[in-house]
Amino acid sequence: MTENTPKFGSPYGFETRQIHAGTQPDPVTGARQTPIYQNTAFVFEDADHAASLFNLQTFGFVYSRLSNPTVAALEERLASLENARGSTCCSSGHAAQLMALFALMQPGDHVIASTRLYGGSITQLSKSFGRFGWSARFLDFDDLGSVREAINGNTRGLFCESLANPGGVISDLEPLAEIARAAKIPLIVDNTMATPVLCRPVDWGADLVTHSTTKFLSGNGTSMGGALIDSGNMDWMDAERFPSLAAPEPAYHGLTFAESFGDLGFTTHAHAVSLRDLGTSMAPLNAWLTLLGTETLSLRMERHCANAQRVAEFLEGHEAVSWVSYAGLPSSPYHQLAEKYLPKGAGSVFTFGVKGGYQAGVTLVERCEIISHLANIGDTRTLILHPASTTHRQLTEEQREAAGAGPDVIRLSVGLETADDIIADLDQALTSVQRQAAE
Amino acid sequence: MTYRDPSQSDIRRILDETRTIVMVGASANWNRPSYFAMKYLIGKRYRVIPVNPGLAGQELLGERAYANLAEVPSPFEMVDIFRRSTEAGAITDQAIALKDEKGIKTVWMQLGVRNEEAAAKAQAAGLQVVMDRCPKIEWGRLHAELAWGGFNTGIISAKRRRA
Repeated sequence: MTENTPKFGSPYGFETRQIHAGTQPDPVTGARQTPIYQNTAFVFEDADHAASLFNLQTFGFVYSRLSNPTVAALEERLASLENARGSTCCSSGHAAQLMALFALMQPGDHVIASTRLYGGSITQLSKSFGRFGWSARFLDFDDLGSVREAINGNTRGLFCESLANPGGVISDLEPLAEIARAAKIPLIVDNTMATPVLCRPVDWGADLVTHSTTKFLSGNGTSMGGALIDSGNMDWMDAERFPSLAAPEPAYHGLTFAESFGDLGFTTHAHAVSLRDLGTSMAPLNAWLTLLGTETLSLRMERHCANAQRVAEFLEGHEAVSWVSYAGLPSSPYHQLAEKYLPKGAGSVFTFGVKGGYQAGVTLVERCEIISHLANIGDTRTLILHPASTTHRQLTEEQREAAGAGPDVIRLSVGLETADDIIADLDQALTSVQRQAAE
Repeated sequence: MTYRDPSQSDIRRILDETRTIVMVGASANWNRPSYFAMKYLIGKRYRVIPVNPGLAGQELLGERAYANLAEVPSPFEMVDIFRRSTEAGAITDQAIALKDEKGIKTVWMQLGVRNEEAAAKAQAAGLQVVMDRCPKIEWGRLHAELAWGGFNTGIISAKRRRA
């Protein structure tokens, strides 16, 4: 047995890393807060330096479509918080999903994805990605046997959310990672809803992690962004399965990413090929705002979870509410998985059923006073949405049901306001729903 | 005796105390990792002497190449093995034999190169051993350049680095 010193990682705690990782003082000016490099291109020292940069033979910046110092600071921070090797920030969570699959898929290949994925992801995977010749097979990830059996020679990954949006469903990551490992394909986990404060999928065996940084990571509803994070643990050297990573890349003079860069290969490819050609770069200002958000991430998540727990308990006892799907409640079928994977709290986004169906749902969201009716999650503000009439409109009725977005479903993203005020607002709105039903 | 992986401070010390590296398996092909790792390390003010029987007598990035470790005339502190894991044993044996004559302190096996038996033997002979890592990546990690590519360096510090 050898003792391995990790090639990365840090003895410091999460709270220290959420403030410091990636952001040493600026070496030129000593600025303590990270400068916003609102800048497109970077000068070369000489032609030889330029050649080395273009050939990916040295570290450095060329053009902000590929990499930027402020964005890189956020990338390192997110990789650190997820206990991962590297990360690639991009323009949105959807861009992160596109880039994850772009590295893995060729026409004719497919990914096996959970039916519980966020509705927007299901649309992206099943409709738009179909035009690239990629397909997605949607399965119930609670049925591990069916996931294992569905894998074939063209499967390039398993894809789920650690904590699904919006249904309060938790994926059983440990056995899913084992299934993926046995099939030599990556487990890709979207960790937007849980954040690395509540769950770190890499610790359970996930190979790739995606984020919409738009949500809890930036935290204030200011900045669109995404991240594609590589654990560094997957061996991509399989040219049949993953030619983008394991076969010579003609655009870089026949360089093979997984061979030349080892566990840096995936993230190097994501910058040098995916960002270069998909153009899905994150803006430096958005990276900076997201860095600022992550400095308080653990504190915010703690309060988000505490408020969500109180609101969920209130709703479960309300007579206008037929059910509450929050994994923090003992009534949830996912409560045990929550205790395993999210011991610090089951997040702050969940759904509940309002009695009276579709119309009652529409009335409830319209009657809220301090709770914002909009299509986002993970803001300091409490947000409410009726998925069936908004985000999940494009899905079929069956897909809506499977995604936990039936006609009576309301999604809440519980914010950081005084918990009693959130509860009072929901109470008065539910009372109007009841009054309307009685009329 | 079993091989012990070096700590982060061991790696920092090795990179700080090393001035001359002999790179076994250096390639003349500009697009091979050994070539651009050599070029990068020269840029960080190391002297890197190539060893490759196919290139012996030729010049590579301003340095004459030799056929094997014994033929390198000047002293060197590190042997960087850019050969497959199975060949690392014989190269390590040569390094152990030449340890005192050349002043060798470290045997470094590249990213993807692992030979635990050779590593344990070298450590028992008093050599420092690094395995399955790249000195270019480690130098970049410890000096924050690796972070420019979006990587987790593990470095947490409120000190101002030298620009």
